[in-house]
Amino acid sequence: MENNTTNHSRRSFLKSSLLAGGGLMIHFSGLAKFNFDGKTTGVNGSEEWSEVTGYIKITPDNLIKILNPNPEFGQNVMTSLPMIIAEELDVDWQKIMVEMGPHNNLKLGPQFTGGSNSVRMYWKPLREAGAAARNMLMQAAAQTWGVPIEEITTKAGTLYHEKSGKSGTYGSFASKASAIAIPKGVKLKDIKSFNTVRNSKKNVEGVKIVTGKPLFGMDYKQDGMLVAMIEHPHAFGMKLKSFDATDTLKMPGIKDVFSIKMFEDNYEQAGFDTRTFNDLLVVVGNTTWQVMNARKKLKVTWEPISEHKETIAGFRGKNEVTIPAGLESSTTQLAKMAQMAKQPAKQLRKDGDPETAFKNAAHILERTYTAPFLAHNCMEPMNFFAHVTDDKALLVGPHQAPGWIEPTVSKILNLPADKIDIQMARMGGGFGLRAYGHYVIEAALISKKVKAPIKLVYSREDDMTYGIYRPMYTATYRAALDANKNLIAFHVKGGGIPENAVHPNRFPAGTVDNYLAEGWEIPSNITIGAFRAPGSNFNAASEQSFLDELAEFMGKDPIDFRLELLKRGKENPVGKNNEYDADRYAGVLKLVKEKSGWNAAENKKYSRGVAAYFCHNSYAAHVVDMVKKDGQPYVERVFSALDCGVVINPDAAINMVQGAVVDGIGNALYGGLTHKDGAAEQNNFNRYRMIRMKEAPKKIEVHFVENDIDPTGLGEPPFPPVFGAVANALHKNMGKRFYNQPFSKDFTAKG
Amino acid sequence: MAVYNLKINGQTKQVDVDPATPMLWVLREHLDMPGTKYGCGVAMCGACTVHVNGVAVRSCQLPVVAVGNKEITTIEGLSENGDHPVQKAWLEHDVAQCGYCQTGQIMTAAALLKANPHPTEAQIDTAMSGNICRCGTYVRIREAIQTAAKQQ
Repeated sequence: MENNTTNHSRRSFLKSSLLAGGGLMIHFSGLAKFNFDGKTTGVNGSEEWSEVTGYIKITPDNLIKILNPNPEFGQNVMTSLPMIIAEELDVDWQKIMVEMGPHNNLKLGPQFTGGSNSVRMYWKPLREAGAAARNMLMQAAAQTWGVPIEEITTKAGTLYHEKSGKSGTYGSFASKASAIAIPKGVKLKDIKSFNTVRNSKKNVEGVKIVTGKPLFGMDYKQDGMLVAMIEHPHAFGMKLKSFDATDTLKMPGIKDVFSIKMFEDNYEQAGFDTRTFNDLLVVVGNTTWQVMNARKKLKVTWEPISEHKETIAGFRGKNEVTIPAGLESSTTQLAKMAQMAKQPAKQLRKDGDPETAFKNAAHILERTYTAPFLAHNCMEPMNFFAHVTDDKALLVGPHQAPGWIEPTVSKILNLPADKIDIQMARMGGGFGLRAYGHYVIEAALISKKVKAPIKLVYSREDDMTYGIYRPMYTATYRAALDANKNLIAFHVKGGGIPENAVHPNRFPAGTVDNYLAEGWEIPSNITIGAFRAPGSNFNAASEQSFLDELAEFMGKDPIDFRLELLKRGKENPVGKNNEYDADRYAGVLKLVKEKSGWNAAENKKYSRGVAAYFCHNSYAAHVVDMVKKDGQPYVERVFSALDCGVVINPDAAINMVQGAVVDGIGNALYGGLTHKDGAAEQNNFNRYRMIRMKEAPKKIEVHFVENDIDPTGLGEPPFPPVFGAVANALHKNMGKRFYNQPFSKDFTAKG
Repeated sequence: MAVYNLKINGQTKQVDVDPATPMLWVLREHLDMPGTKYGCGVAMCGACTVHVNGVAVRSCQLPVVAVGNKEITTIEGLSENGDHPVQKAWLEHDVAQCGYCQTGQIMTAAALLKANPHPTEAQIDTAMSGNICRCGTYVRIREAIQTAAKQQ
């Protein structure tokens, strides 16, 4: 047997297919029964898989399986990442299988979903893996046939030697190839010759999704598994004091009620170990419904927290964060932000002499913007399966970064990392929240305590009120103009709870001679975190809205005004460290201008708003066409232009942009999580307004700038500028400017 | 606890549960049918949609005691081979992103087309507005329903 070849018994096949789609196929008897078109279906054919690089497995009868390394939360990496491998491997996409890979950072890379990074960080490694595997198969054939490797060609999973007329499938050489050392520096394909990448492929899990197969962490189960839920304090700034579980324990199906500590005192947190509440009151029982009911019988006394410090060792080094005591309310937070905005702040960037320019200005335009906390509201609430025993731990569920949470689990369970198996389920949304590890750690600790396999389940209310929100933000923008209404200085001063959103080196930095960016923060015990480009979506709302108002004041077309600034930014940029490429930025504006028929007479009937933004290495612009529907402003059409380099799977990329547009409209108009005395005022979808079908545009037309630049992000970049474009369209539609999100608060109150 | 004989997807299934248990949890936790999803528990998101005598119902608000002889259809029983016109249209338009809400969306759409084979856009919007898609796939859902209506 070759080094990398494993002989799979049926049992181990089940184990490996357990990894596909969150380890759930084991619940089916007769895997072949579910033989749909879907690519992730298990095939019960050959039992011998040879591993040709960590990403590719091939059987002697030429079944080819590609492992997707990265967690899937709806960005469709289950399809796009294997496409990259398939391209270089030279296989027929229709004939390959795709499976979710195991958590193995050594073999499968960083395995992190977030920061619009999946395709960007895997582009090169996956191309190299595919090319290396193809080369290994060619080497095996060359050795077998006794011919030089240079004379071997491949086509769609078959190797050829033209001179001798010999040919053979990848499968027939896979075993031999698997013993060959993985070569480095194999020549990659010319991008122009791609025939899989850049061609739309259907979601490989589409069939499973539409037939309701168990794919998600919530669907995972094992024999003897119990369900656990946590009763968190009902307000930020509170903690558990004592509880009486007498009545809860009398409820049917309830096994145990107890409290445990998440982290010991003085625990040094890793960057994504964020937790909102440390003392966990846990109810464990047979079924979710029983535990949900039994929780209602708990008698709990909560007490206020006192000010304390948390040590967080994140990517930017070790940080001591002060968590204040107190029960916060949104109204007082807004007042506090308004007051802080008047105080001196940290200087983040300065070009020229903005103070003098403002002093000498003929006109000054100043506007202040605010946005509330936003809840992620993933459709699948937080959950995780854990089975912790004395010598190992199995953890299965939805998480964006298994490699980040594993060291923490290792520490708190006192188990070596190689005894911890984290399996990645398909996530029912993530939006940044599932990069944090609180629910994984909680599940592990609960399983350890009850000495049984458990699934921790958050109710919708638990999920929405737990925190880790998109921060609450404000920013004041000022523009100084001379007597001829030329822009001579620009000033942004942004603040937030508990962090500000200012990106000092982004547009319009670099395009104005006198420029000042400042920032400030107010600490809070309400937890915050990643949220589909949290700061960028506020910046794109406020800055792009301000530029629109500024262009209007200057009597300029809003697209032309931005293009003028970008021209300056390209030809004679001000200052250093400007993050964006002025040409590519202008490119998406020009494309959206053309595709939307910006100046066409037939489009005058729409209230049109435009915005553009750069974040996560990509460029996005939208034109939003608003009308009145039932007396309310309604976004009927959207035109989008994106520059993210090479687009791997065009139709799926369009889907992602359309989704970002809908998400942006929804959050701009309706999104917001407010607090009263520390308690969230919205805890379910009856109070937290989500965008729905009747508010979704009829058409979202998506265009990509075509170039051969290595791919950059797409999950986040299209989202932020939607906010600004909606704000600018609202101005046209309602005849006034909107400065405070969610915008519908202002028009529904009056409408 | 009480024993119920439920008509689900053309078969009789017996469960022994508390009468107040919502069908959502009966399906998911007692009958191993996880295609019906938990999203909110208060009938505000539609992820748990099933058909009761052919009508779309939020199963999180349907206690098992209220089911009686009514026929329940879940996503697992919507079609034999995943080939209901709505499911096929969903694949054709490659609707899903995360996919969590989609079974509920499909069940609502299938019930709509059963009651109204050729709905207007406004009728689609009204029927579908009880189902939240956090990923924002509404534009494709609408198109898929229109495609399914044509193919019926």
